[in-house]
Amino acid sequence: MTPDILAALEQAKRDKRPVVLATRLPSGEQRLLPDPAAPAELNEAAAGVLASDENGTHKIGGEDWFLHAYNPPLRLVIVGAVHIAQALAPFAAQCGFAVTVVDPRRSFASDERFPGVTISTDWPDEAMEALRPDSRTAVVTLTHDPKLDDPALDRALKSDAFYIGALGSRRTHAARLKRLTDLGHTEAALARIKGPVGLNIEAVTATEIAVSAIAEIIAVRRGSPLAPQRGT
Amino acid sequence: MSMNEFEDVLSTAAAWRAAGELVAIATVTETWGSSPRPAGSQLAVTKSGRMAGSVSGGCIEGAVAEAAMKTIESGVPQLLDFGVTHERAWEVGLACGGKVKVFVEKLN
Repeated sequence: MTPDILAALEQAKRDKRPVVLATRLPSGEQRLLPDPAAPAELNEAAAGVLASDENGTHKIGGEDWFLHAYNPPLRLVIVGAVHIAQALAPFAAQCGFAVTVVDPRRSFASDERFPGVTISTDWPDEAMEALRPDSRTAVVTLTHDPKLDDPALDRALKSDAFYIGALGSRRTHAARLKRLTDLGHTEAALARIKGPVGLNIEAVTATEIAVSAIAEIIAVRRGSPLAPQRGT
Repeated sequence: MSMNEFEDVLSTAAAWRAAGELVAIATVTETWGSSPRPAGSQLAVTKSGRMAGSVSGGCIEGAVAEAAMKTIESGVPQLLDFGVTHERAWEVGLACGGKVKVFVEKLN
């Protein structure tokens, strides 16, 4: 790999710009895509690799090209700077997520409680407006407080977030769904919310609940049968 | 917090290179059957013997590191083919039963 390619790759990463490193095999000649100067077929294949996030070797124009997607990190928005969030944030970071913790209560959302984690002390609806969850974003609400959770869930449901989870017992969740219905969300839309949050591993402690939540996020992301759509 | 150090092998390799180490990067380019690490998985190796990341569950790391040393010396990239057709298959032992291709290049 040449210093130029490496520098361009690192720059794209800093800019959070998705790029593909294309390597011709076996010669090792490399170029970054998309590139207007590259053959259309190569650019199209690169776009496909970025969309699916699946690296692989492609036969293009009679040549083997290994296409390696460098997408910006997946994101996790945690609403509620609570004890479970303290456990969940580092697990998610280890799994490659860029984590933002949202909580307007500054005593909860402190740097001391969340070292190295991006914190927003905006009200959840404003924070979600700024964060703009997309198809590479997961959203988890943990506050138990409808004033904080509901606006976040409302915005999450209006976004393409690939995962939406809400902490709370079945009874809490039923009440929450009723409030969100009153906000105009359909039953089909509400089925996107995983509630109670997490895979059922009989989690008890905050750390165990965080394990079940991150496991469910991964299961949904990877299309595991462990995480079927509920309510459908 | 952006992409974690644990999976970001290329950044680790780049940091080593910047610190004056001679570095090669091995990347899984194709897999067949049960292979523990998907295409794109990387292992960085330095001439001084540092390693980061992985290209398998551990079964071919030794052979890949050996090949990486050669690429560090020669500067010539290699496309390694680990599977039943490869002469090193038995010696190296892909216990998982999978097949994997690994591209090894020097970080210049």
